[in-house]
Amino acid sequence: MERDTHFVLGVFEDEDVLMNAVKQVRSSGVKIHEVYSPYPVHGLEHALGYKRSRLPIAAFLFGLLGTSLALTMQFYMMKFDWPMIIGGKDFAAFPDFIPVSFEMTVLLAAFGMVGVFMVSSNLKPWAQPRIFDLRITDDKHVMAVDLAVNSGMGEEKIKEILASSGASEVNNKSFDE
Amino acid sequence: MAHEVQNFNLDQKFDFTPGIKKSIMTVLLIGAALLVVGIVLAMMGGGHAEEGAEAGGHAFHWYQRLFANVWINNVYFTGIAIVGVFFFAIQYAAQAGWSAPITRVMLAFGNWLPIAAILMIASFFLMGHDLFHWWHAELFDKASPEYDSIIDGKGAFFYWPLEKGSFPVFYIARMIIFFGFWVFFFSKFKKIAAAEDQLGGTSHWFKMRSWSAYFLVFFAVSSSISAWDWVMSIDTHWFSTLFGWYVFSSWFVAGLSSITLVVIFLKGKGYLEMVNENHVHDLGKFIFGFSIFWTYLWFSQFLLIYYANIPEESVYFIERLRSDVYGGFIFVNIVMNFVLPFLVLMTRDAKRHGIFLKLVCTLLIVGHWVDFFLMVQPGTLGHNGGVGFMEIGMFLVYGSAVALVVLGGLAKGNLIPKNHPMLEESYHHHI
Repeated sequence: MERDTHFVLGVFEDEDVLMNAVKQVRSSGVKIHEVYSPYPVHGLEHALGYKRSRLPIAAFLFGLLGTSLALTMQFYMMKFDWPMIIGGKDFAAFPDFIPVSFEMTVLLAAFGMVGVFMVSSNLKPWAQPRIFDLRITDDKHVMAVDLAVNSGMGEEKIKEILASSGASEVNNKSFDE
Repeated sequence: MAHEVQNFNLDQKFDFTPGIKKSIMTVLLIGAALLVVGIVLAMMGGGHAEEGAEAGGHAFHWYQRLFANVWINNVYFTGIAIVGVFFFAIQYAAQAGWSAPITRVMLAFGNWLPIAAILMIASFFLMGHDLFHWWHAELFDKASPEYDSIIDGKGAFFYWPLEKGSFPVFYIARMIIFFGFWVFFFSKFKKIAAAEDQLGGTSHWFKMRSWSAYFLVFFAVSSSISAWDWVMSIDTHWFSTLFGWYVFSSWFVAGLSSITLVVIFLKGKGYLEMVNENHVHDLGKFIFGFSIFWTYLWFSQFLLIYYANIPEESVYFIERLRSDVYGGFIFVNIVMNFVLPFLVLMTRDAKRHGIFLKLVCTLLIVGHWVDFFLMVQPGTLGHNGGVGFMEIGMFLVYGSAVALVVLGGLAKGNLIPKNHPMLEESYHHHI
């Protein structure tokens, strides 16, 4: 059995039931692949034990890149490439460079953050989204459990745990890509 | 209210123990000792021959440095006190829920306002003539060689409706009106808060919201004008259109840092149990954000003056940047109030842990004092200023006096507004 192809899905009606189910399922040793819900459920990422996103680090590094690029560009242009006297200032008038550096910092931090997010979330334009259950865009929460990851557990056992944790349906779902 | 907040002791009062009082008094006495040393040194040293740009040909006396110090701390700590009330009013006007359990800490800062009013008005009468260049009759006398047409044009702002150069009625009236209304609003807030604690219900919250809105309108105007009056008029020839906001932002960061320090201090003593790292995180975000806001205003003022390079504007920065006394402090100012808080408070963890916040708050409280030092001293003392025993001593004396008054006021009432309708929401605040 390959990873990421065969899943067991627990369908939940209510977010409170879902929250308890996540805790219950995790404590019984089943590794949850992902939970899909039609709207953000407050505290779900904590219940799933997700680590904090490292996106801010990417933002900081891209911001730093923006600052250095902007300063380098301006110093090179104004001091070496085409020196001009503007307003009687020095060629390399540092305070004048700050607004541009600020804007470049914000621009690269924002674009970099969006780009990194797209890549890390697999949101590239040609990505084939996997729809586990169409009702996750309407009124159902779906908890997906990867069978290959939980191979030590046995499919029937997993289904039993999901049902006893409050799932209204327990289904199989396979992808062949 | 069968809510989870009922599990906490909501009737808790801050116990201002003799131990805490004693340690604050110790700081006050150290400050007083340093102040005395500073005064003795200044008396023996005398003044240098040079004068500040606005000193107007008068000889320098040692007491002028004392006066300037009193004025810096008057303005600075008045700002911290009024920002406590301002931030309190913001919470109600914005219908904020997260801050409910710490609103009383903000309000307690207003206890300094009546004392600040007396100090400010008294010191203006005692020292105003030496601090403010415009308080010299000969500047407005066309026959005198000292006649100054620029200051003459601004004279009405100080002396109206009396004759220019006589007695600054308009100026003093503004000072009294501002303090009067600030103290009035503060006592109004305190009264409503006390009634809410006794009677409960939501009507007090709605009343508080209305009064907060009135206060904010008044504060929007008065904070700007008081900045022109108390700080910008020292450099009488010079003006900056964003000066009011610049002073306000400096006050705001210092006030936020003081509020946060008191909250962390109280938590360390075991009070405010329902305040957790989420609330502290929000305070940290405010400090982080408004430090950047201060920098934005500081730099906007600087860049436009630097770029346009108009003599009557750039003299302000030339007086500071090209001075042996103040030149270094400009950079100290930027590092303390922007670079360090920006880098330290950038991560989420730093805003959630007391130790980093304590560090940054202390840094900012000193840093914004340096900012006010740079606004006041060059115009009043010129080359005779600087940071010495007198400055450090006076800052410690004022700071510990404010701490005594604020914590004393905090000990009188309930620490947590137990009937605040959003207490439960605040307890579940999670970011």
